[in-house]
Amino acid sequence: MKFKDKLKQIPGSWYFLMTIVLIYILLLVFRQEAILDSLTFFCQLIYKMIPIFVLIFVLMSLSNYFITPEFIMKHLKEKGIKKWFFMVAGGILSSGPIYMWYPLLGDLKKKGLSYGLIACFLYNRAIKIPLLPLAIIYFSWQYILVLTIVMIIFSIIQGILINKLMEVNK
Amino acid sequence: MKQSMFKSAKGLWNAFPMILGTILLVSLMSTIIPNSFYLFLFSKSSFLDSFIGSIVGSISAGNPITSYIFGGEMLEQGVSLVAVTAFLVSWVTVGLVQLPAESAILGKKFALLRNLGAFLFSIVVAVLTVLILGVIM
Repeated sequence: MKFKDKLKQIPGSWYFLMTIVLIYILLLVFRQEAILDSLTFFCQLIYKMIPIFVLIFVLMSLSNYFITPEFIMKHLKEKGIKKWFFMVAGGILSSGPIYMWYPLLGDLKKKGLSYGLIACFLYNRAIKIPLLPLAIIYFSWQYILVLTIVMIIFSIIQGILINKLMEVNK
Repeated sequence: MKQSMFKSAKGLWNAFPMILGTILLVSLMSTIIPNSFYLFLFSKSSFLDSFIGSIVGSISAGNPITSYIFGGEMLEQGVSLVAVTAFLVSWVTVGLVQLPAESAILGKKFALLRNLGAFLFSIVVAVLTVLILGVIM
């Protein structure tokens, strides 16, 4: 394999990290004191986050084990208001990158799932239970609770609006 | 269960360079950028702050962990809660990076309407969340 092809295989996030490290090295020449302060701050942040990442790992493993696309598909067959409830729950409990869910949602659309319910599912993917401990540490549990409730309400409002708008635009 | 743990470890490992890079960047910004810069960028009015926060969140992409780290540090620098909330909400609900994939699979009209709606709602959600918090706390 050519060197160029090997470089292409490296995910973009590694380039991001390398760029930041390079900035640190360059600034070390001109502003040594600022870089040392930054590294102290960095160590403090990492120390604060290690136990949270352990908790995130445990919660992610549990959610990956119990919540599968099959589990969600099974519950999407519910009728009426229950369907909205399961879309909210499904969005919150679903894991993995969002693009992984597009094919399944596209398939469900063909089977009659409304655009509004898909929008509701996608909006609720923003609420991540495994990441709540980190969010609470940064912003307080009262804030996260209120934000979560407001977001759930607006996910349903967005779903209803999308249904109406998609009908108008047909 | 072993497979689920492996999947989680893989997910965290994939996010690792982005998280580490973000923590390094946040540490650097906290040291070299004065607080007055953030106060100049935001602190105009609740609506304008949330609008700016939403724009910044919409064009950013990545793991929500990154947005919490950024948002938390923005708050420490004196940026208003409404702006930080709009930033957090738009980061996870507006997907400009995923827009082409979403359009291709779920339809262009739907993808545009959903993302535009999510952008506008991030401002409303931010203002409402801060208002409710102000009442109950």
